[in-house]
Amino acid sequence: MTGTSLPADLTRATAAGLAQALAAGEVSAVEVAQAHLDRIAAVDGTRDADGVATGKAVHAFLHVCAESALADARAVDDARAAGQPLPALAGVPIAVKDVMATRGLPTTCGSRILQGWVPPYDATVVANIRAARMVVLGKTNMDEFAMGSSTEHSAYGPTRNPWDLDRIPGGSGGGSAASLAAFETPLATGTDTGGSIRQPASVTGTVGVKPTYGAVSRYGLVALASSLDQAGPCARTVLDTALLHQVMAGHDPMDSTSLTGEYPDVIAAARAGATGSLDGVTVGVVRELSGDGYQAGVLRRFEESLAVLTEAGAKVVEVSCPSFTVALAAYYLILPSEASSNLAKFDAMRYGLRVEPGGVAVPTAEQVMGATRAAGFGDEVKRRIILGTYALSSGYYDAYYGSAQKVRTLIQRDFAAAFGQADVLVSPTSPTTAFPLGDKLENPLAMYLQDVATIPANLAGVPGMSLPSGLAEEDGLPVGLQILAPAGADDRLYRVGGALEAILTARWGGSVLDRVPDLSAALATAANGATR
Amino acid sequence: MTVTDTTEAVLAYDDVVAAYDPVLGLEVHVELNTATKMFCGCPTGFGAEPNTQVCPVCLGLPGALPVLNARGLESAIRIGLALNCEIASWCRFARKNYFYPDMPKNFQTSQYDEPIASNGFLDVELDDGSTFRVEIERAHMEEDTGKSTHVGGSTGRIHGADYSLVDYNRAGIPLIEIVTKPVEGAGERAPEIARAYVSALRDLLRALGVSDVRMEQGSLRCDANLSLRAKVPGAAPGSAQQRAVPLGTRSETKNVNSLRSVERAVRYEMTRHAARLAAGLTIVQETRHWHEDTGITTSGREKSDAEDYRYFPEPDLVPMSPDPAWVDELRGTLPEPPPQRRRRLQTEWGFADLEMRDLVNAGAVELVEATVAAGAAPAAARKWWSGELARRANADGVELAAMPVTPAQVAALQGLVDAGTLTDSLARQVLEGVLAGEGEPADVVESRGLKVVSDDGALGAAVDQAIADNPDVADKVRSGKVAAVGALVGAVMKQMRGQADAAKVKALLTERLAPADSTTDVSTS
Repeated sequence: MTGTSLPADLTRATAAGLAQALAAGEVSAVEVAQAHLDRIAAVDGTRDADGVATGKAVHAFLHVCAESALADARAVDDARAAGQPLPALAGVPIAVKDVMATRGLPTTCGSRILQGWVPPYDATVVANIRAARMVVLGKTNMDEFAMGSSTEHSAYGPTRNPWDLDRIPGGSGGGSAASLAAFETPLATGTDTGGSIRQPASVTGTVGVKPTYGAVSRYGLVALASSLDQAGPCARTVLDTALLHQVMAGHDPMDSTSLTGEYPDVIAAARAGATGSLDGVTVGVVRELSGDGYQAGVLRRFEESLAVLTEAGAKVVEVSCPSFTVALAAYYLILPSEASSNLAKFDAMRYGLRVEPGGVAVPTAEQVMGATRAAGFGDEVKRRIILGTYALSSGYYDAYYGSAQKVRTLIQRDFAAAFGQADVLVSPTSPTTAFPLGDKLENPLAMYLQDVATIPANLAGVPGMSLPSGLAEEDGLPVGLQILAPAGADDRLYRVGGALEAILTARWGGSVLDRVPDLSAALATAANGATR
Repeated sequence: MTVTDTTEAVLAYDDVVAAYDPVLGLEVHVELNTATKMFCGCPTGFGAEPNTQVCPVCLGLPGALPVLNARGLESAIRIGLALNCEIASWCRFARKNYFYPDMPKNFQTSQYDEPIASNGFLDVELDDGSTFRVEIERAHMEEDTGKSTHVGGSTGRIHGADYSLVDYNRAGIPLIEIVTKPVEGAGERAPEIARAYVSALRDLLRALGVSDVRMEQGSLRCDANLSLRAKVPGAAPGSAQQRAVPLGTRSETKNVNSLRSVERAVRYEMTRHAARLAAGLTIVQETRHWHEDTGITTSGREKSDAEDYRYFPEPDLVPMSPDPAWVDELRGTLPEPPPQRRRRLQTEWGFADLEMRDLVNAGAVELVEATVAAGAAPAAARKWWSGELARRANADGVELAAMPVTPAQVAALQGLVDAGTLTDSLARQVLEGVLAGEGEPADVVESRGLKVVSDDGALGAAVDQAIADNPDVADKVRSGKVAAVGALVGAVMKQMRGQADAAKVKALLTERLAPADSTTDVSTS
């Protein structure tokens, strides 16, 4: 077997490279796990006794399980030494978004109300990851119950963007995206309800995929909006994303919305794309998903990507999806409606936080529920529960929830028409690059607009990918390109994404993540700034 | 909210029906007897240790998802078909949102405007043999909640309790809710019709085999809605003229746990409503609690427009579109309607109305049928089940069907009597052995040595002994006082420990104690 030329720093390796080196016995799973745990210790920062981030650091992880990670790694090494057959990604580290139930590991969803809850079961996705003998490093930070686009709504403090520690890493899956950009892990899981995988990928220069609705089991994902939620893979390269996608996807009898039947080979598609040829592929540019409201550098990188796609042999056409302009409005009725019901279970009666109301000798169950929910939920969660409760109320249902469902049907029709003209659709993933922490906290609508381009895919259930298209001139921050494909054709994302990545990295002379500033220097500056 | 549980004024029943027209609405919840819960694989057995039949799904743990029990859907469709309903070609579950500690998700997975079955009817037989048609609005699927036990306080209800315990074993048990349309035209028979409806529905569900229908265990629960409206003088209860009068405000009585209670609760509510209306008071739209012991209802929570369940389609479950061919196939599995079946069996068996009604009330029709099928004569089968076995079941406080004896065993027992192997009194002893688990009737006869002695030698010796022991009685018989033979029969039976055929004993005695002359005549001629 030929050497795989792993980088000296194991944390700079790809998952594919690690898998190959592990299989070849060039490196042990324990070494790989230890390297990543060391990196986490070096850049992720610390948390206080209440779990809140302290000091300026990446803070991608809410919980690091070093001991079990090393034990899992050792077990993989032992199995390999004993000659047992192992899955392809055995021994490769992974970070798990804290919205996924993990047996024996805390699962908080970034919320105070679930502080200390340790699930007695694994989400199916997590079970799949464990069956693949991957090494779980820990749980990543997120906006509380996945509500937000910046991780600033985490009850445990925000995650910071490795590109600039004063900027947001996107959300809700900012922890997973930042952990990749900070080289704390080669793979991470995410969930995407309106862009929570793709927008963080976009603003951190990483790759993220929201699969077709139903392709990955939702069993064990703490639900935000059941009809929109979809778990997916996050990584630094298109191929790595495909490798994880394959592990996560598959029919699950525990999820009645889980798809059955043939599912495309995304790994083969990623490899095919890497040849750089897109002959015979028609790419549709969605007129409604660019232009006004998009940052200049974002649009320039988008234009450049279109040129690259043409260069690769694709035919680029313009398509129109008029109903996409009202997607955001419909989304912010459907999501809060479902969320208001999904979050009702957090009532202090069976698990999680319990707060007794003050000034009452013997509180009623209702008073305990009220006090707990008042103390345990953050403002954004309360805002959406109130919105959803209102939208579902008798007398308003038809006007709000009912109308939003009709818009959803229109969006599905627009997609169907557009996919009649093009194999895939493209747009910028997010209208802007990473914005400064605190910038949009007081303006929820401005925050919601971050997802204007990603939301239509969730409303229609179609798959989408975000991958780096370069850096914006004006701020030197990463820009993401979004690729959308018809439901069930997730492989097309990888084919087109793989080609674009191959051509762009060749042009740049390496991955966009090679340009992430040296975090140790940034952290040292931060530490100096903090000294009195 | 404060609850004032005082006895309210009531009006005499005759005065009620003279002035008011009652309108009923009956909601019956029936727990299906599926092996597992509606949306998870937990077992459904009654009476397990609290919170031992639970999993992440029925506990509503974060991230858990429901998956529909196919057998639950099948039962729902069969119930709908048996109630002459239309079966939806496409329908969905919906979430009914409200907070309560015994509801793990704080929403109940139910059906709202898209029920699996709608627009049916059930013909109900009344005591006088007439039939009343109750229109069915809908039958829909839902999950049961957990069960709260309120500890401390005086009422056993949540108000005033020191603390509450919740058992989630019941959470997620499949329920079918069957809702009638407003039942109009019942008039003074409203309480009887309410009972007869629930009774007929129970028989139907039992015949379908979809539920245990045990009201005392809560597997069949009835909520009775009642309203009164002014009676139009001279108009018949169901007349168009009477129906034109708008419905009054209704009350909903819960916790009605027996057929008798259904009748009593409706009757009580009629008299309570009437007293309020007659006094110029209004009826509060509210939930009432039925108290079996005192025979009254008391106010529960007020049910008003403020209660908004914010229903919306359940996104975690895919819509259902039952294949019409499957529905037709299920239609073919429907049992003969219980009233029709009863009439047929009564004719076949030649039973009197009263005898048949006793069997029905004892829940013994199926048992008798099976016993007859196993070879017993109908009258004998009836005698066992509504006699000896009913008495023992009643004494042990168990359902007749739960007695540890099968119809086949009863038939075998009767066969031994018919063959002369056992007398009735011996047969009862054999039955005791069977119930005690000593085996089949033939085994018990053997092991307990209970067979009728047919050995003429032994019997003859016993007869001779009895005559020898009672010379005075024997002489009386010889002298023509034939009735005196009874005392000798008793003596023989005693000596035989009951294991003799009394008729045969009597024949032997009569033969031996015949007047001497006639005997001589015969022997010497």
